[in-house]
Amino acid sequence: MIYLQLFWSFFQVGLFSFGGGYAAMPLIQQQVVQHYSWLSMPEFTDLITISQMTPGPIAINSATFVGMRIAGFGGALIATLGCILPSCIIVGALAFLYFRYRGIPVIQDVLEGLRPAVVALIAAAGITIAVSAFWSSGGISLTNTDWKSMLLFVAAFVVLRIKKWDPIFIMVGTGAIGGIIYFMR
Amino acid sequence: MKKKLKLYLTLFTSTFYLSAFTFGGGYVIIPLMKKRFVDNLHWLEEEEMLNLTAIAQSSPGAVAVNAAILLGWRVAGIVGAAISILGTVLPPLLILSALSVAYTAFRDNQLVQAVLHGMQAGIVAVIADVVWTMGQKIVAQKKAVSIFIMLGAFVANCIFKVNLMLIILACGALGALTGFLDRKGAKQE
Repeated sequence: MIYLQLFWSFFQVGLFSFGGGYAAMPLIQQQVVQHYSWLSMPEFTDLITISQMTPGPIAINSATFVGMRIAGFGGALIATLGCILPSCIIVGALAFLYFRYRGIPVIQDVLEGLRPAVVALIAAAGITIAVSAFWSSGGISLTNTDWKSMLLFVAAFVVLRIKKWDPIFIMVGTGAIGGIIYFMR
Repeated sequence: MKKKLKLYLTLFTSTFYLSAFTFGGGYVIIPLMKKRFVDNLHWLEEEEMLNLTAIAQSSPGAVAVNAAILLGWRVAGIVGAAISILGTVLPPLLILSALSVAYTAFRDNQLVQAVLHGMQAGIVAVIADVVWTMGQKIVAQKKAVSIFIMLGAFVANCIFKVNLMLIILACGALGALTGFLDRKGAKQE
């Protein structure tokens, strides 16, 4: 019974969250805190914090976390499955249609309009992360700027432009430097 | 057969590896996927990567999972889609399962926070690098509509916080309209 509830609850989260993790958050809260009381509000806040500290989409992280706490690893599996099933069905159907009909002129035109938008949206996401990386203490100003972070960014960017290093190597490297800076303080 | 198995294995290890390092939302995995699958493995063109991203973004659910389904399908059909879903979902599933037991210690650990903060600078650099390359290509096409869409979508999203779905709909419609007018103009000439 609890498995069914977990599955159905996260199925709805997966089905109705358009536009990435932050759109999914209120949906998850509604299901997990208000509707089923699986987590208290402070626990939910913890969950969001942990989701941001660990890899993976917020919806999947939440499904695993809540499932695990309510019904162990089986619960985590079921909730995660529920969460990705809508994607599998809808995106699967779209993939089928896209690979079959992508040659049609109208589809080509729509995609031609979407490509520059996607680049813009990736850039906008970058700006959001940059604000949290450089001005984590709140308020964007010169005195408030985290110059170490800024320097780290510039160095990483230059290396990426000049050398064809694995970007994950760059991320791990800047993370390690962040850790070293912490110890030197 | 052996070649196919090798393809499946590369697909799984790549998606698993990328997913394990995707901190901070769906748009972080897209630049990583672009570098891996377009630049390194040459499995698809940059243009198609952007097409797949647009579809992933317009569909419900996590962008990372949606993109994985489309990429996997493109590379190895339905089996490929299943494999890349598995590769994408496993890292967060395993990590969160392990963490859910003792998460407060992790959450309050200063060193973890310092490492993650350093990592953010690296993530911004990766995104900046990919946006630079892709943005340059769009500008180089010298199509006014494309450049307008890119700048407009950025301002709408970043400054005016317009709903993502609205931006996607508007840009898709604009693309269809210009394509229609272009073809009409070509016919009359």
